[in-house]
Amino acid sequence: MAQVQFNSITKTYPNGFEALKPTNFTIKEGEFAVLVGPSGCGKSTLLRMVAGLEDITAGDLSIGTRVVNHVDPADRDIAMVFQNYALYPHMTVRKNIGYGLKNRGTAKSEIARKVDEAAAMLNLTPYLESKPSQLSGGQRQRVAMGRAIVRDPALFLFDEPLSNLDAKLRNQMRIEIKALQRRLGVTSIYVTHDQVEAMTMADRIIVMNEGRVEQIGTPAQVYHNPATTFVASFMGAPPMNLLPAVVDGGQVMLEGVSFGPAPHRGKVIAGIRPEDFSPDPEGDLTIHVDLVEELGAHRLLHGKLGEEAVTVHVANESVAQTGPLRVGVKPDALCLFDAVEGNRI
Amino acid sequence: MSLSKMRKLKLSMIVDHGVLILGSLFMILPLVMLLQMTTIPDTEIIKTGPTLKIGDQFDDNLYKAMFEASGFAGENSGLSMLKNSLILGIGFAVGKILIGMLAAYAIVYFRLRFATLAFWLIFTTLLLPLEVRILPSYEVVQWLGMLNTYQGLIIPLIASATATFFFRQFFRSVPEELVEAARIDGAGPVKFFIDILMPLSKTMIAAMFIIMFVYGWNQYLWPTMITTDEDMYTLVRGIKQIVQVLEGAVVPEYGRSNVLALVAVIPPVLVVVFFQSWFVKGLTESDK
Repeated sequence: MAQVQFNSITKTYPNGFEALKPTNFTIKEGEFAVLVGPSGCGKSTLLRMVAGLEDITAGDLSIGTRVVNHVDPADRDIAMVFQNYALYPHMTVRKNIGYGLKNRGTAKSEIARKVDEAAAMLNLTPYLESKPSQLSGGQRQRVAMGRAIVRDPALFLFDEPLSNLDAKLRNQMRIEIKALQRRLGVTSIYVTHDQVEAMTMADRIIVMNEGRVEQIGTPAQVYHNPATTFVASFMGAPPMNLLPAVVDGGQVMLEGVSFGPAPHRGKVIAGIRPEDFSPDPEGDLTIHVDLVEELGAHRLLHGKLGEEAVTVHVANESVAQTGPLRVGVKPDALCLFDAVEGNRI
Repeated sequence: MSLSKMRKLKLSMIVDHGVLILGSLFMILPLVMLLQMTTIPDTEIIKTGPTLKIGDQFDDNLYKAMFEASGFAGENSGLSMLKNSLILGIGFAVGKILIGMLAAYAIVYFRLRFATLAFWLIFTTLLLPLEVRILPSYEVVQWLGMLNTYQGLIIPLIASATATFFFRQFFRSVPEELVEAARIDGAGPVKFFIDILMPLSKTMIAAMFIIMFVYGWNQYLWPTMITTDEDMYTLVRGIKQIVQVLEGAVVPEYGRSNVLALVAVIPPVLVVVFFQSWFVKGLTESDK
């Protein structure tokens, strides 16, 4: 177990492309940190730098108390789970899991014991003598997990481990991975582009965009208090509604309705989560609903507020139909962003 | 199934099989003729050539071919030539595969300066087959004192652009993550090569072995130049040697050389048959 410290970490590729701008943060001991962002945001690069598979252009990376910039991946006391599992196709499950131990000169009986233990933990015992090609996707994923936990590392690294699985299995594995990490208490860094995975698994989420960290916080913080319009639109499905508004006379004005005081002046962007609207005959705003999306437990109403597209999330007992709908906004639900920079005001 | 359909099916089957049978005959008949000619006395071959008659000389010819020495010094029996051919074929194939794999490993997995240039230089040697550089090659081998040795037979031919190229293409198709997983698992370059890359290349190695063994087995020009001792002769060249003994009224030992020719065909056929099943399995099983 160890904390991971990023100290002005930078990555610039030889062609001049800056994949990661100077980045500072610390992942605490035993924490499950999720790096989330769209493809090309630098999250995988960051993870691969922790693994030692990618050189660090500048800055210091420490795992525990040790700066590991120039330490070989094998000596960093880490284990990594890859997106396509990266199992050795010619080895049995037993050999796949035990390969890292074997290379470290662990005694045979010790390897056998540890592999059996890991296999039992992951329900892989019946498959120990099978080849990876005979296993299902979920089982292969578990073998990859087994390979990681058998080494008892200080740090787990996950590189989009669930994106090759179907939706049902993904939900199941999500819970399994999280439970396993809880049980073992090993510091983990998990990379994903799926904000649902990030929300459900993380102790802390690190949202990245274009090589920069946009926000670091608990899932609740990131969801309810997004630091930028990017975070607001990336986290949550459907995303936060971002509507142009003005601050006039110290009051936020949206569609001619006042939403309380604000220190700023001029144009702003008002962010409102779809579930923070509520249908209310006395409501201040009128939305023209174009489409009702039935999701069983609740409904999504897609429509227009003035010229802007908005989504409203309503419980399934409320009446839903197309046409005008008066809605209110829950108190304190409004997030204001700078209209140009997109930063939170 | 209707009658007309059945007739159509039958007709196409007959045509298919006809083509296959014709092709097989075309390949097999020369060998059958050889076999027939090993059973009749040499004088009869001169008189009549191949016939349908099956004589009783096969055992004699087989014994003479395999165990009796021929030639000037009397050192090259069929068995010793078979041994030389096997050494050449296997040494040639194993050496080419090993060197090709190592070269491809260096080119694909290590960040070398000029790796691409090195690869294309190796590749251009395809334009310079042995026949083009045979005199300088001979000169070098002679200077190194390797005439009439197995090293002299094998080493100058062992560098292979073909094998390097094939293994390079194959290594490039091995997923990057496998290399990275192995690195994290603590496998260094040597371990990765032996534990991961070699087993993964099994089918490629089998394919290369077929091609290279047959190629090495059939070498004629190079052994002819490099070996002058009769006990270094290979089968392919020994056959020629026997028929060449045409002094005055002596009848060439056709029966004996025909047996040798048949013996020379068998090992490559066995290699192809044995490795082919492996090779096909590797091509159809699509788990990498």
